[in-house]
Amino acid sequence: MLEIRGLEAGYGDVRALSGVTLSIAAGEIVALLGPNGAGKSTLLNCVAGLVTPWTGSIHWDGEDLLALDAHLVVERGVALVPEGRRLFGGMSVQDNLELGAFAPRTWGARRAGLERVYALFPVLAERRRATVQALSGGQQQMVAVGRALMASPRLLMLDEPSLGLAPRLVAAILEVLVAINRAGVAVFLVEQNVPAALSLAHRGYVLEGGRIVGEGTGAALMADAHVRRAYLGPLAVRRP
Amino acid sequence: MTVLAQQLLLGLLIGGLYGLAAAGLSLVFGVMRVLNVAHGELIMLGGYGAFWLATLLGVDPFASLALVIPGALLLGASLYWSLFGFVVRAPEETRVKNSLLIGFGLALALHALAVRLWTADERSIPTSYAGAVLTLGDVSIPLVRLATLALALVLIGALQLLLSRWRWGKAIRATAEDWQAALLTGIDVRRAYLLAFALGTALAGAAGALVTVAYSVSPSIGLEWTLKALIVVVLAGLGSMAGTFVGGLVLGVAEAASAATFGGPYREIVGLVIFVIVLVVRPRGLFGR
Repeated sequence: MLEIRGLEAGYGDVRALSGVTLSIAAGEIVALLGPNGAGKSTLLNCVAGLVTPWTGSIHWDGEDLLALDAHLVVERGVALVPEGRRLFGGMSVQDNLELGAFAPRTWGARRAGLERVYALFPVLAERRRATVQALSGGQQQMVAVGRALMASPRLLMLDEPSLGLAPRLVAAILEVLVAINRAGVAVFLVEQNVPAALSLAHRGYVLEGGRIVGEGTGAALMADAHVRRAYLGPLAVRRP
Repeated sequence: MTVLAQQLLLGLLIGGLYGLAAAGLSLVFGVMRVLNVAHGELIMLGGYGAFWLATLLGVDPFASLALVIPGALLLGASLYWSLFGFVVRAPEETRVKNSLLIGFGLALALHALAVRLWTADERSIPTSYAGAVLTLGDVSIPLVRLATLALALVLIGALQLLLSRWRWGKAIRATAEDWQAALLTGIDVRRAYLLAFALGTALAGAAGALVTVAYSVSPSIGLEWTLKALIVVVLAGLGSMAGTFVGGLVLGVAEAASAATFGGPYREIVGLVIFVIVLVVRPRGLFGR
């Protein structure tokens, strides 16, 4: 469904991605692992249209996403929950969510969308009139995920959704991702919490220094010596 | 005491127009990060629009708003397509600098155009009700100026409503907060810029028509109105149109108080004092976030 080939991208003279090739099939959960600065966010931003790659191709259902204006990517069903949430802080929860359905394809059905998001995150229904700035970090992350869901995506990309959240909230967010995926939405997840990400992912890729250096099923990556050493810490290596 | 009250009242009345002038500048700057220094010249054009409608077609200056506002919307859209649309393609850091160059050039061109079309003379629109006053005790309120204050309030209220209820109004606010996040939600950010610039120009045009009926217009009023609007934006900050309106009233009253206390020539010094105070309190100034 999503096909990325030979993607090279960067900022000014600084290269962030060199020859990334990967694919995501319908209904999959795919994790993207890698250290800080590996190019994970750049990769997601290229797909979402925020960063224009130097070379390479990104196809979605056979359509060339790079030929589209950035605001049309989400219209096609590819939504990104960006790093740091990037909510409209001065606006209400409900306005933020409604804007998620801004594309003509979803705007008419935004009421139904709101009900779906409120069913997923009941606390947001209680706080629908509050400005986003007044919410806790966990609630803000719910708004960020909810805003992306309002676009009725078939591929939901998330850039470190658990950053800065308490473990209990991380578990809650990841649980919601599984529920979203069961409804048929493919999930492309960048996540620092590697054990959690791999436990729910069908497949994963390891991105280091802008290159894909490993890929496999969630279980295979979990068992991989390099992944264990690099992302699960020294204790994980020693443990049987 | 009566003289002071009268002067403060007149300051309050012109303050409404300061607020209206600033609302358009604030909208354009807040959304596009573009400082349109030709904003005052757009106000001047709006004034001449009303002047022409009154002298050539006999349209009442208040009724002329119904034509000046749509005309200014179109003018704003064409200016965006022809000039300011190029500026927003630049990275954010260089936008303000580039917009200053374009704005100064546009201001000079519009000034020259106005001199050519309407000569350098001061013009006003004579009306049958120009001298009407409402007397409260010893203070008399010129009704035309009171009407401009009321209309300024109505227009700013309408803008606020548009920005909070209309689908594209919300898109404009979202773009002002974070244009990349706006793109991610499917908002055509260029279109939001276009709409914001057109709306800002429409507000300038309306302000110009009201200035011309209550005071007067000449080709050289542009710079003065750009400065007034800029002072109000610095004073009131970005993001709240109600705040901008109140900021305009504060500037009008403060100018009147300064003129009454220190004498007429000191009217303009208030703006400078406000700049200094804001920079001391908020050293990052208007451009910081």
